Amino acid sequence: MLGGYSFGELGSILAMQGFAGLILFSVFLLMALGLAIIFGQMGVINMAHGEFMILGAYMTYLCSHLVQTYVPGIYVGYFFIAMVVAFIVSGALGLAVEWLLIRHLYARPLDTLLATWGLSLIMQQAFRSIFGAREVGVELPTWMMGSLPVTDTIEVQINGLFVMALTLVITGIVAFLMYRSRWGLQVRAVVSNRTMSEAVGIDTRRIDRLTFGLGCGIAGIAGSAFTMIGSTSPSAGQLYIVDTFLVVVFGGAQSLLGTVASALTISQSQSTLEFFTSGSNAKVLTLLIVIGLLMLRPQGLFVLKVRR
Amino acid sequence: MSATALLPPFALAQQFPTAKINTTGLAVTDTEVTVGILHSVTGTMAISETGSVEAEKLAIEQINAQGGVLGRKIKFIQEDGASDWPTFAEKAKKLLVNDKCASVMGCWTSASRKAVLPVFEQYNGMLYYPTFYEGLEQSKNVIYTGQEATQQILAGLNWVEKEKKAKTFYLLGSDYIWPRTSNKIARKHIENVLKLKVIGEEYFPLGNTQFNSVINKIKLTKPDVIYAIIVGGSNVAFYKQLKAAGIDLTKQTLMTISVTEDEIDGIGGENIVGAYACMKYFQSLQNDNNKAFVPAFKKMWGEKTVIGDVTQAAYLGPWLWKLTAEKAGSFDIDKIAAASPGVEFKGAPEGYVRIHENHHLWSKTRVGRARSDGQYDVVYETAELMEPNPFPKGYQ
Repeated sequence: MLGGYSFGELGSILAMQGFAGLILFSVFLLMALGLAIIFGQMGVINMAHGEFMILGAYMTYLCSHLVQTYVPGIYVGYFFIAMVVAFIVSGALGLAVEWLLIRHLYARPLDTLLATWGLSLIMQQAFRSIFGAREVGVELPTWMMGSLPVTDTIEVQINGLFVMALTLVITGIVAFLMYRSRWGLQVRAVVSNRTMSEAVGIDTRRIDRLTFGLGCGIAGIAGSAFTMIGSTSPSAGQLYIVDTFLVVVFGGAQSLLGTVASALTISQSQSTLEFFTSGSNAKVLTLLIVIGLLMLRPQGLFVLKVRR
Repeated sequence: MSATALLPPFALAQQFPTAKINTTGLAVTDTEVTVGILHSVTGTMAISETGSVEAEKLAIEQINAQGGVLGRKIKFIQEDGASDWPTFAEKAKKLLVNDKCASVMGCWTSASRKAVLPVFEQYNGMLYYPTFYEGLEQSKNVIYTGQEATQQILAGLNWVEKEKKAKTFYLLGSDYIWPRTSNKIARKHIENVLKLKVIGEEYFPLGNTQFNSVINKIKLTKPDVIYAIIVGGSNVAFYKQLKAAGIDLTKQTLMTISVTEDEIDGIGGENIVGAYACMKYFQSLQNDNNKAFVPAFKKMWGEKTVIGDVTQAAYLGPWLWKLTAEKAGSFDIDKIAAASPGVEFKGAPEGYVRIHENHHLWSKTRVGRARSDGQYDVVYETAELMEPNPFPKGYQ
């Protein structure tokens, strides 16, 4: 594989491969964050996570059209508006779903799995009925496509940088909320001991609803960002869901740090293996590594120590 | 066709009494004949199969407007395969056993076709299958209106070798039977016939959304031609990332056999402009048939709809069946199957097609170049019709 290339070429490939790995890491982290919050704090596995992402993507699609038609002047920056809209719409739907569906099923975790899976099918068909079965193309302002040439052979992709920056910001906000805000304190209390938290006057229902809404809202932002790199179609959410679960489960359900570490591990091994073998083989090898590590650490990479 | 169009339908129906043209109990009355449409309108495949359903309905409407088949109006029963292969088999059985459909237009993926094939053979039905596919199949009960692999691949590779002086190829594909079989044929042709070099071959899981590593490898190995058979949502990710990585397809030659106008709708024309696609039909074809077909399609299904290769192939199904039934003077499946070879359709939007002994179509291969508005400019077409060869010797 490495024969015949000059040192300069190898150096630039190393740099670009490293960058590819970092992009993959950001993508994984961004898609897993919403799910991790919900799964970690509430023990609910949201099978409709991918569909909440696609809802965000469709909102971006709508925004791009509306902005182009009515206020073409701000088209250059419409993406930021789109992300806010995606967050609000997905988050609002998340709140509604929690209130209508999830809260009745807290005592039955397996049933939430089934219920959210059903929800994902309903949402997919709804997208299909509203936006049509075909893929929609989300247009991006030209400054978001293309790449910045660093040297002759090294180029940095702008949409990759954008996803990385976005992931950094969102993760920062979530970490701040979780460890510095009153809501975060309450969430952590509920995770440690739900009954005791209720006893000291924490409205656990409200915490649950907000958590679910926030998780879904972040999924919406992720979906919006992924219109830059992926497709927007009714069932595109299914493309992300497996990788998302992998990251969350591997990271350990209740730890933000675990999610970060797990996204890093999986993305780096995936991207490195992909370079030296091929796409399909890389996936197989990555899964084998994850399975192996999970056999050694069934709880995931990072475990929150809780007295049961 | 012109002779039957002149006769009033009633007279034609009298000329062909039901008892004579339907000896096996199909759903044929003195005024009507029932056919089935079997595609996914829900689930992941709905994205691809929608165009086929639309084309088949248009063809049926046009045939009815011209007086139907053997003086009988076509009535269709539509079933949803729901992107699930066992469901396809079950619905196929329903269409054949309960509804007694005289023919079925349907299926899209090879997996769905393989699922219904035993049903069609067991209950002796007739399937018109529209998608270009990997070949290695032939059945009395199926007419393949799309291209098999050699029809799609060989002429395109010859062209790229001649026009682009290509020496090295990088093969990519989604990881399932069609891209793998097609790339196998492409590799054999490149290495054994053209005596050129394949410098990489790689597959990605269906639905893969990250292509940065392989794009780096492409940058490193600098192939003359990227040969890509990536399907579905992965396509969008692949072309967007290719563009973002600074690979300009107006300078780097890329040839694909999996991106039709339908797919470009999702990818965005600006992300794929300059790429070459090897198909038998493009919406932009300039011939009289197509000049009538495109407006008719848009009138029925909306100004914004685009027409890809498979959609056109699906449109051929009802027409070929009608022409065959009229040639055979019967709706009986055995007679349709026997009469099929040699049936020609001069009104095909792609120009002209004829059914081969092996139930595939003779048709031309064309190379199109993607424009930024999502359409293709046809840059090359074979002078002759390409012979379908589902079991190509030396390519397996």
